Amino acid sequence: MKIELKDSQLRQIKDICDSFNNDPGELITILHRTQSVFGYLPEEVQRAVAHNLGIPVTRVYGVVSFYSFFTMTPKGKYPISLCLGTACYVRGAEDVLDEFKKQLGIEVGGVTPDGKFSLDCLRCVGACGLAPVVMVGEKVYGRLSPSMVKEVLAEYE
Amino acid sequence: MDNKIKLTIDNKPVEVTKGTTVWQAARQVGINIPALCYMNLENLGVENRPGACRICVVEVEGRRNLAPSCSTDCTEGMVVKTNTPRVLNARKTVMELILSDHPQDCLVCPSNGKCELQDLAATLGIREIRKVDNAAVSTYRKDYSYSLKRDMDKCILCRRCESMCNDVQSVGALGAINRGFTSIVAPAFEQNLSDSPCVFCGQCVAVCPTGALTRTDDTGRVFKALADPTKTVVVQAAPAVRAALGEEFGLTPGTSVTGKMAAALRRLGFDKVFDTDFAADLTIMEEGTELLGRIGAFLNGDTSVKLPLLTSCCPAWINFFEQNYPDMLDQPSTAKSPQQMFGAVAKNYLANKMGVKREDLVVVSVMPCIAKKYECTRKEFSKDGNPDVDISISTVELASMIKMANIDFVSLPDEDFDQPLGESTGAGVIFGATGGVMEAAVRTAYEVFTGKTLERLDFKELRGFEGIRTASVDFNGTTVNVCIAHQLGNARKVMDGIRKGELNFHAVEVMACPGGCIGGAGQPYHKGDSSLLKARAQSLYREDANKPLRKSHENPYIVKLYEEFLGQPMSELAHHLLHTHYFDKHHKI
Amino acid sequence: MVQIKMHLLVCGGTGCRASESARLVEQLNHHLQLNGLAEEVKVVTTGCFGFCEKGPIVKVIPDNTFYTQVTPEDAEEIVKEHVLKGRKVGRLLYEDPETLEHVSDSKHMEFYQKQVRIALRNCGFIDPENIDEYIVRDGYAALGQVLASDPKETIELIKKSGLRGRGGAGFPTGLKWEIAAGNKADQKYVVCNADEGDPGAFMDRSILEGDPNSIIEAMAICGYCIGATKGLVYIRAEYPLAIRRLEIAIRQAREYGLLGKDILGSGFDFDIELRLGAGAFVCGEETALIHSMEGFRGEPTIKPPFPAQSGYLGKPTNVNNVETFANIPPIILKGWEWFNSIGSEKSKGTKVFALAGKINNVGLIEVPMGTTLREVIFEIGGGIKDGKRFKAVQTGGPSGGCLTEKHLDTPIDYEHLTAAGSMMGSGGMIVMDEDDCMVSVAKFYLEFTVEESCGKCSPCRVGNKRMHETLEKICQGKGTMEDLEYLENLGKVIKDTALCGLGQTSPNPVLSTMNYFRDEYIAHVVDKKCPSGQCKALKSYVIDPAKCIGCTLCSRSCPTNAIIGDKKVPHVIDQSKCIKCGACYEKCKFGAIQIR
Repeated sequence: MKIELKDSQLRQIKDICDSFNNDPGELITILHRTQSVFGYLPEEVQRAVAHNLGIPVTRVYGVVSFYSFFTMTPKGKYPISLCLGTACYVRGAEDVLDEFKKQLGIEVGGVTPDGKFSLDCLRCVGACGLAPVVMVGEKVYGRLSPSMVKEVLAEYE
Repeated sequence: MDNKIKLTIDNKPVEVTKGTTVWQAARQVGINIPALCYMNLENLGVENRPGACRICVVEVEGRRNLAPSCSTDCTEGMVVKTNTPRVLNARKTVMELILSDHPQDCLVCPSNGKCELQDLAATLGIREIRKVDNAAVSTYRKDYSYSLKRDMDKCILCRRCESMCNDVQSVGALGAINRGFTSIVAPAFEQNLSDSPCVFCGQCVAVCPTGALTRTDDTGRVFKALADPTKTVVVQAAPAVRAALGEEFGLTPGTSVTGKMAAALRRLGFDKVFDTDFAADLTIMEEGTELLGRIGAFLNGDTSVKLPLLTSCCPAWINFFEQNYPDMLDQPSTAKSPQQMFGAVAKNYLANKMGVKREDLVVVSVMPCIAKKYECTRKEFSKDGNPDVDISISTVELASMIKMANIDFVSLPDEDFDQPLGESTGAGVIFGATGGVMEAAVRTAYEVFTGKTLERLDFKELRGFEGIRTASVDFNGTTVNVCIAHQLGNARKVMDGIRKGELNFHAVEVMACPGGCIGGAGQPYHKGDSSLLKARAQSLYREDANKPLRKSHENPYIVKLYEEFLGQPMSELAHHLLHTHYFDKHHKI
Repeated sequence: MVQIKMHLLVCGGTGCRASESARLVEQLNHHLQLNGLAEEVKVVTTGCFGFCEKGPIVKVIPDNTFYTQVTPEDAEEIVKEHVLKGRKVGRLLYEDPETLEHVSDSKHMEFYQKQVRIALRNCGFIDPENIDEYIVRDGYAALGQVLASDPKETIELIKKSGLRGRGGAGFPTGLKWEIAAGNKADQKYVVCNADEGDPGAFMDRSILEGDPNSIIEAMAICGYCIGATKGLVYIRAEYPLAIRRLEIAIRQAREYGLLGKDILGSGFDFDIELRLGAGAFVCGEETALIHSMEGFRGEPTIKPPFPAQSGYLGKPTNVNNVETFANIPPIILKGWEWFNSIGSEKSKGTKVFALAGKINNVGLIEVPMGTTLREVIFEIGGGIKDGKRFKAVQTGGPSGGCLTEKHLDTPIDYEHLTAAGSMMGSGGMIVMDEDDCMVSVAKFYLEFTVEESCGKCSPCRVGNKRMHETLEKICQGKGTMEDLEYLENLGKVIKDTALCGLGQTSPNPVLSTMNYFRDEYIAHVVDKKCPSGQCKALKSYVIDPAKCIGCTLCSRSCPTNAIIGDKKVPHVIDQSKCIKCGACYEKCKFGAIQIR
């Protein structure tokens, strides 16, 4: 899917790059900033970053596709992140994940057709005492069981 | 200070200088440790040493795990074992792992017989590839371009292509993407190379140890043209081809096979067998005149004149230039490359002479290069959709055609090229090595400029493998400063210096490939041995030395071509047929 | 000036914040205000207390009352009862799981009794967003002392203390500093590795959230010792709270002249910047970390050169992990002899562990090296959840191994854990019970490694994938004895040949479980059974005809209509249709459905 960046968006990217002196060594920090502005890092944004920093776009894409924090697809309105750290795993996170997949009808990394929810897994969030843990946006839900998944989702209906 | 280190490898004592790796030390005592990712073109500044394949592992006494010999420095008293059961099992297991994610279609692979992975499988005695039934195998979309083909299913992540494209060529078309099992080397967003900043230098192909990156195969098109009774098919062969073709038939690297090559081309059925060297001489006439024109104008105080003049023979360099230096479009010589000059002369002069219609004349070129395949498709090099050069094949493709046609190459007699486009001077021959174009240009420009005869023709100061070389040539009191760069990363350094005004030359020669065209991507696989490239260069310089004529302007057929057809260098007709212009392709990067 | 009579310490760590501790603080303040106590009673948001299982925690100072699982709604009662009337709120006190009695204060909790807190000394005691509280507890005193002395003396002191890297490998810290100090360069760097990535480990995060100044101080000390003026903290982007607190602490330290030019008038300049990770476990490996900080893919490179020779931007760089740094100031203030006297023969000092899994007291603990696994799991950890049987404990995360009942008396230190087939790692400790299938656990870790492998070297990129596929096959009940051999050989070769620490240790979870739970592997392969019943493919549900009364509840709940049988007649499950979802098992009121 191609998108066209507006001049104002291109300027935003340029400003971010400028604020780091267009130093390619700051690429990852720049991508963090850019992603926080756009929500994701589509091709055109990566090209603009590469252009500003004077580096091949392959290098930018190589970095974006390496780090799991960076995404090239927009997330849902309510991004769901399920912790699959060990503590959550041994306390049944996989079953919870299966239930989310079933309820939402999407796989990990997917977005519901209405754009409302996206489902991702992440490594430990450090709330192991509450395992298994899921985050919807910024909100943390602990001690989840598959039967609670419906309730959690219902909060966002 | 004592710089020597003593160690033992497989119980053999070895003494090496500090900084030598175990892999290198082992070679000194006749132990060849296999390696896959490691490649070092010595003296060319081309090294790939990611320590990634883990094939070259060895046992080092006192070390917990196995050590990659390619990247482990020798230390005093080190005890190394390269062939213990532990090492052999590890090496074989790692090899099996690599093969477990590699297609097993060797029989129909373009690299069949020339593949380092295949050779290594044989060396290690791999007889089965253990893996579970549900084992995942990487599959990628194939990517075809005029010059090369990417089949990443066959990639083993040695990263040589990435090193070439970035560290050596500074092109940045290819890079590692993704992570873990899905990581691969690709253009950004896994787009086609044609949509990337790729300049088609093909140096990725030149170093690929498997069939992941291969040349586009155009031999079928040539066979088809040869079989077509309505077509007259003529061929031109570039200077660097004759210095390397023999390698494909087991001849010692550096064996010149000019005569056998002409004989083979004739037996393949080409109607006329010509020489790109002829066009090289023609290039010197045009480019040399252009250079002298610019220098003359400059000396006369014309400040608008663009110096240095940049050579324009190398199509990868031209692509690179158009993408990176669109602000300097009037800097390169407008002279077409020898391949395209030949094509223009063939289609506009030879066709008439032979009484053949343009559409019925098929011009084939044999090149050490795969960017030439792209070059001959450039729109400005065709007339009404009919290209000046119809098909360009590489040295390796020619060898394959010779083999397919059952020709016993080694026992062929030496034959001459056909005329009128088969005569050349030594100046045309040395085009194939870095510095050769400049040397050829100097020989002619000097004599035209000074009106004197050169006393010595060998400009040794312009030869060699150093990445960037500069020299000053005395044109009878006028100093002409020249620069020679090979490999595009070096070209970038020179160009950035020129752009900033830090470097001042009258002329700059650029060749994209290591050592010039002799190290082109159309040549037989050098397997990381730079001595092979040197032998090829030597072969060209020998041929030059043995030629009766060694200055382009003395080529009698060139003289005749101007008399009969073109008038004089830079004439209106010459300008129309033999010169070109350049485009801003900045958008590609 | 009003004297503050009482402090209410509220845990503001990530775990407790997830349970609304921020709103709890609001409510406490609100009720103090209502009762006119806002002047004399101070609510402090602190770092992690470690007792995450029962969070949010509120600790009352001076009487050390330890309230657990406090909700914002409890604020009123705490203020009215405890603060105003001095009566402890009984129902919020910690209940000892064995005696079932309420424990009035933290000093009497077994969880804390066995612990020795050096790295965590300030966590849960101070407001991490206020540098003054750190300074009051001897903060920056060590830096002052160091700046007045020869750097060589400090390096010698650290060497003698026996401190070793807490990131996992256990390299002597003093020696590391000495090497970096010995390399001459115009610029050197101090890097704090805060890319804590082991799933189930949150030691570094808790230190950064609870006591960020200790890291800043230690980095400045390190900078002075090795001759570096720049420090960088490479921290996971997934730790927003830790990032924020570090930023605050750095800003305050600059304001106090503890960072920046001419620190404490010594002529020494040092400043710190943050670099964010972006979600790649391999960046915990120091060469990968450095490449990531330089804006590249986090791929490890071959050593040598070591970072101490050529690290960040090609300059000598000293990389230490968060916990290692946290130990530095106390060592300097209390002396190397003190530190050296704690711990076991070759492993000195303490180690922080994140205790998680099937254990009663999930949380963050710090114990002297040499403490046994049994003490940690059964005394501090309070034993296994729900009275189940202990089966294994996993240490060292994806690089470590599983240890069994017979290892419970193993002293925890670098040597013993490695000898037992696991490793110290960064400090994750996951406890498993009888319900956990060890093949699945190994598969879980491998899945993690496969996902996090950078893909550079072939043994790790392809080898771990193949191991994972083989484990998958075994869990599906399709494994053979040859597969076990294949796994073992692959595991050995990957350890022997992989490029970096991640790859070299990645087979450990498989090899250690194959070693200690071979029976379980054989059960999967030969008998096609999963003894703990966790592997779905090896599970079958059957109906005991003696117990089934034919109520049809099960057949109606079956999503694939796999259960057949008439009313009031014992039902049967058609195994070819059963997808093992367990719906029938949940529904049956007569215990007639059994798992085999």
